[in-house]
Formats: sequence, C-alpha cells, structure tokens
Amino acid sequence: MGDLLALDFMRQALVAAVLVGLAAPLVGGFLVQRRLSLIGDGIGHVALAGVAVGILTGSMPVLTALVAAVAAAVAVELIRATGRTSGDMALAVMFYGGIALGVVLISKSSATSPANLTGYLFGAILTTSRADIVVFAALAVVVATVTWVLRRRFFAVANDEEYARAAGMPVMGYNIALSVLTAVTVVVSMRVVGLLLITALMIIPNASAQLVSRSFRSSLVWASLIGVLSSVSGVVVSFYAETPSGGTIVLLAIATFLVLGGVTAAVSRARRAAHERAERHEHEHGPACGHPAVVHHDHVDYLHDGHRHAPHRDHYDEHDEHERADTEEATR
Amino acid sequence: MSVTDTPLISLRAASFGYADRRVVDGVSLSQGRGEVIALLGPNGSGKTTLVKGLLGLSDHLGGEVLLFGTPLARFRDRPRIGYVPQRHSLSASVRATVREVVEVGRLTRRPWWRPAGTADATAVDEALDAVGLRDREREDVSALSGGQQRRVLIARALAARPDLLVMDEPTAGVDAANQRILADVLSALAARGTSMLIVTHELAALHEVVTRIVCMDGGHVDYDGTPRDYLATHRGHEVGDGHHHHDAPDGPGARTPGMAAIAGDPLPPREVHHG
Repeated sequence: MGDLLALDFMRQALVAAVLVGLAAPLVGGFLVQRRLSLIGDGIGHVALAGVAVGILTGSMPVLTALVAAVAAAVAVELIRATGRTSGDMALAVMFYGGIALGVVLISKSSATSPANLTGYLFGAILTTSRADIVVFAALAVVVATVTWVLRRRFFAVANDEEYARAAGMPVMGYNIALSVLTAVTVVVSMRVVGLLLITALMIIPNASAQLVSRSFRSSLVWASLIGVLSSVSGVVVSFYAETPSGGTIVLLAIATFLVLGGVTAAVSRARRAAHERAERHEHEHGPACGHPAVVHHDHVDYLHDGHRHAPHRDHYDEHDEHERADTEEATR
Repeated sequence: MSVTDTPLISLRAASFGYADRRVVDGVSLSQGRGEVIALLGPNGSGKTTLVKGLLGLSDHLGGEVLLFGTPLARFRDRPRIGYVPQRHSLSASVRATVREVVEVGRLTRRPWWRPAGTADATAVDEALDAVGLRDREREDVSALSGGQQRRVLIARALAARPDLLVMDEPTAGVDAANQRILADVLSALAARGTSMLIVTHELAALHEVVTRIVCMDGGHVDYDGTPRDYLATHRGHEVGDGHHHHDAPDGPGARTPGMAAIAGDPLPPREVHHG
C-alpha cells in the first residue's frame, strides 16, 4: 500500500475514489426512494454526447459533458412533470439519441481512439489528468454537501409529494435540484466508474444499506460508507490486477451486497426462530392502555398480566419471560 | 396573528376542479375556530376536490376563497393548514422511521439551511404523544398497521402546529379496533380545541368528534347543519348504532367496516331527502 501511495497518479485516483464513493450513493439514496434508480444511466448516455462535443471542439470534455448532463436532468424533470404516458418514450428518445450522437461524433474525431471511448464508458481513473481530477473533486464536495444539507427536504418530497406541495414546499424545485445533482454526480464519476456503470455505484450501496439500517438517515450513512469502501478497494485492486477501475468497483459493491444479504437473511431466520408471539388482544398498548411501560433496550415493553409485550410489526412479542417474578406486583 | 373571529375558511360561490373541468361548483361554506366538520358525500361528489382546492392541489376556478382571511391566490402561509392525506402505505421503497416521517412536518417551519433545533424536537415529541406513537418512534413505518400509519400521518401534520387539520378519509381501510383508537385520538385533539375538516365516508366512527356536518353531492353542498339535525333527517345511513355501519348487500361477516365503506359507497343519493 505504501508503494501505491508513493505514486502521484495513484494518490489522485484514491482521492477521486473516496469522493465519488461518498457522493454517488448519497444522491442515489433519494433516487431509490423516488423509484428512479435507472435515471442516472439515461443521463449518462446524454453526457456521452457532451464528451464527444468537447473532444471534437477541443474544449474540456468534462465541462461539455456537464452542460449536456445538466440539461438532460432538467428535461427529465420537466417531462416527468407533464405526467403524460408518452413522457416515458420522450425520455428514451433523449437518452438513446444522446449516446448514439456521442458514438458517431467520437468516431469522427481524429484526436481520439477506441480506448478513449472505453475510458469514458467504463472508467479509467489511472489515465485521468490532474486538472480533471481537481474539477471532479471540487464538484463531488459540492454534490455531497448540498445533498446532505437538503436531505430532509429531498426525503419529504420523495416520501409524499402531495403532502409536500400542500405544505407549501417548492416540490418542482427540489425535484430539479435532485436531478441536477444526479447529473453532476454522473459526470464527476465518469472517469472513475464510467458512464455506463455509474448508476451501479449510486444504487447498489443503497441496496446493501437497506439491509442493515433501520432509519433513512442511517441508510444514507451506510450507503456512503459502503460506496467509499467499494470504490477505494476497487481502485487498489484494479491497479494490482490490471483490470478497469469501474467494473472492479461495481463487482466489489455487488459482492458486498451479496454477503450482507446472506448474513442478514441468516440473522433474521435465527431471530424468527427465537421469536415468541404474545396472545392476541384487542387493545393496543400505549400511554392510555393502563399497562405499565418499561424501557427495554431500544424500545418500550408493556407489562401485561406479569409478562412483557413488545410491539413487533402488527402484533406483540413476548419479551423476557424470566423477569415475570419481579414484575408481577407491578401489573394492574 | 389574525383576529380570533376571522373564519379559518370562508368560501363564497367557490368552484374548484382540474384544468377547466368544474368538479365543485358554487359552494359557500365557512369554518370557525374550534369547529370539527365532517364533509360527507358519495364518490365523485366533489368533497376531495374541494379540500384539495383549499390545499392548492386542485385549481380554483371561480368564486371567493379566503383562508384565515387571505384570498387563496395570495395565501402563502401553507403550514397553518395541516394536511392528512388518504394513503394506505408509507415509504415502502426505503427504510424510514416513524419519527423521520413526523419530522417532515417541521420542515416548512424553518428555512432550508437551518438544521432541526430543540423547538422542532419538542413539537415532534408532542405530535407523537398526541397520536400515542411516541413509544414506537424508532420503528420502520412500513412495519406498522394501516391504522397506525394513519396516525403517523396525523402526527406529521400536527408537528407543524397547524391552525386547521384537513383530513382525507382518516378511517378508510382501517379495522374496527384501530378506528376506535383513531376516533379517540381525534376526540382528544378536538377537546384541545383543534379545528378539523374531515372528509369521510364513515360518520359512525367519528360521530362523537364532529360538531357539524356538511354533505356534498354533484359538486354542491346539499346539507349543512348539526349532527343532531342530520341524525333526525338522515337516520339509518351513516350514523349507525355503532354495531353495523351500513346496509351493504354483501354479507355482514368478518369484513372490516372501512373496506366495506370503500367498496359499498353507502351514501344514498341526496335527492331522496329533498322536497
């Protein structure tokens, strides 16, 4: 690892990996909540057209890609807001028009090679210039900060758009903001994971986080953590194994998901076996039910005829029957 | 703050709809502070469109609409109206705790850049206490029953400390035991002087809470009066004896009243009672 950090380009790559690994799942969490998991993929297609224009005109492909992606992101929200069924097809025209235009334009450029195209599509962090890395880093910090500051509002709008509108929140504004953040994330990540794989880094860490977290907030934290670990280890592995960084990162993220899925399934099976349902009763335990409340670890149990009832989903579980003796006199 | 005798809502010949389709036409209605109004009517009678018009979710197509004395078009103080939508599921796509959903209610009470403070936490605690879900605040909302989820939505609206609660079918699709808990929650709110406008099919579950009944049919208001008068003239329809709610033809069996109410649409045509 020490020899790795001695390499200048490797240090840059790792900084980029940390920032992308942090920002992409953070934005992706809200896309999952809005059931728009694949929208980043479409925006990535349009970004390729921007890259091609940049290469052809000799300007910075990063900036032209950013313009194309942000324009596509705003268009996505405007098309969705019309609510027409044809909107879905309009998105398809835009996304595939983007990638087709990108491929055709890049083929006309003398300054590029097929390897260069592959670099944009699948990620090639080790060949990215220092100037680009600086731009990416700055943008990634902005994306992560804005997303974190606005997280409760994004949550509210994605959770219940009608309520948010009735409460006077600028719903359209937040939707466009999230879409633009997605576009910036796509462009920032294109050299690390590539335009065709970025959606995986936005979504898969969130799929893993859903398995281990109990609140939305903790799921965002977990997703970012898993994202950073996947992307940093992906860059390191790709250096030693001489594999493309993007594919390596995504495979590691998927491996994390599979391992966590297996572990949580085993744990919940064990819990189900140990779980004892309380007898059915008509009333719901609460402040007014007359049964004394007892704080038990992270929840509240109710003493019901000498045994503890703990709320679980839509029924009650028996907790700690062995404490019955001490609590017998406390009931009624 | 406005003078206390300014009506919360004041409609004069108001029309609401979508684009240029009028669903509610020429409705006049006024709600005073502390009133709990049940807004009844068959499906398609315009009661939901009326409520959505007040919330800015359907289009205001004519007449005068004042909210807290301010014309609807110029009304910006949306958090003063707490909306409890009719929803059967909450956030199934991602994990979210009960508390996280209720905290949403506080967002419009502070600027976007300010994090939640102690005042926000207190308001959320109180809202959770009011619906009896404080002990379950850290649970995933999707794990709760339908009736409990409805109470989460009520708490979310209460967290903003609104002057008026507007509810769309709070008891629909909720089993009898949970309807009773919901009715208790609403009674406690009413006892504290909370003003409410409740769109409902099921007056039976709420008849102890409401102070006034407004019926709509075909986009018009065709009854506006006290529950006592309503009982006298409309006996046997919505206000049951608490055991059987409606004369739905499909067997009384083990069905939940809420589901029957949705499927059976128990309100008879209002014309019967005219003349």
